Amino acid sequence: MAAKGFVEISVEGCKGCGLCVHHCPVKCLSLKMDDTNSFGLHYAYLSNEETCIGCANCAVICPDAAITVYRQSKAV
Amino acid sequence: MKDGYELVYKRPATLLDARMHYCPGCFHSTMHKIIMEVVEEMGIEEDTIGVSPVGCSVFAYNYMDIDFQQAAHGRACAVATGIKRSLPDKFVFTYQGDGDLAAIGTAETIHSCNRGENFTIFFINNAIYGMTGGQMAPTTLEGQKTSTSPYGRDIKNVGHPLRMAEMVSQLPGVAYCERLVLNTPANVRKAKKSIKKAFEIQKQGLGMTFLEVVSNCPSGWKCSPVESLDFVGEDMLKYYPLGVKKDVTANSN
Repeated sequence: MAAKGFVEISVEGCKGCGLCVHHCPVKCLSLKMDDTNSFGLHYAYLSNEETCIGCANCAVICPDAAITVYRQSKAV
Repeated sequence: MKDGYELVYKRPATLLDARMHYCPGCFHSTMHKIIMEVVEEMGIEEDTIGVSPVGCSVFAYNYMDIDFQQAAHGRACAVATGIKRSLPDKFVFTYQGDGDLAAIGTAETIHSCNRGENFTIFFINNAIYGMTGGQMAPTTLEGQKTSTSPYGRDIKNVGHPLRMAEMVSQLPGVAYCERLVLNTPANVRKAKKSIKKAFEIQKQGLGMTFLEVVSNCPSGWKCSPVESLDFVGEDMLKYYPLGVKKDVTANSN
């Protein structure tokens, strides 16, 4: 089954504060601990694509507005 | 975008595509974002004028795509009074921290609230002077360690933390006064509604609208952004209770 939603996180816009990871209800986000962006920060990424429900909690709490959220259209 | 998916959330167009200078996890950025979302939703980009203070948010004009004026330390309310009186049709707001609004600018704040000037104050209360290196602020909690109170704030020596929202809600010129927090997505959504309400009251010309935001300062508090949420949720909200302190529109409905 396809995921209910997905997020796009701007690598350079992310500051790696981890608030989105903390507030994700299905724990599908993680900080990329083996890589950094050009500012030397561990950016957040969608680590578990299947479980994302597109609730937009991560984007609402993201201080730097680095997250764009898409959800499956209802009329399919 | 993938087929069968629709956009749910994207960065507001009124927030300029610039990297904010705030530390990771700072609620200043969140507050900038939701103010700009409300401005975009109401379609008042052309009619909004902000006044930025001295403090971390002094560069707010670099991030918000609206007209802006930067005021001298603590004098944002005085500057906003002048702007609103000369341009009464515009939406005017000040964006101030606790060092600016509750310390050096207390007189301007109290008197513009008392005069019932018709603009909105966003008061970011993070209990510390963030920009200058984490010194004690008027809103620092009892026992909280800062760089100028290394053994914790001693209320016998320096007095009690100021509850600004409760203070200004006593003034007759204030139309709407609420304390908000941005520590969870639900609270951020709630805060957005309150900002919208404040702008609508300003449009009706009912008086001063004052929104205090209990904020964090991971760098000043010397903790991680996620740990700072615990301090906000447990310690700050005990002394600074949330809720609407005054609402003149409540009885008319």
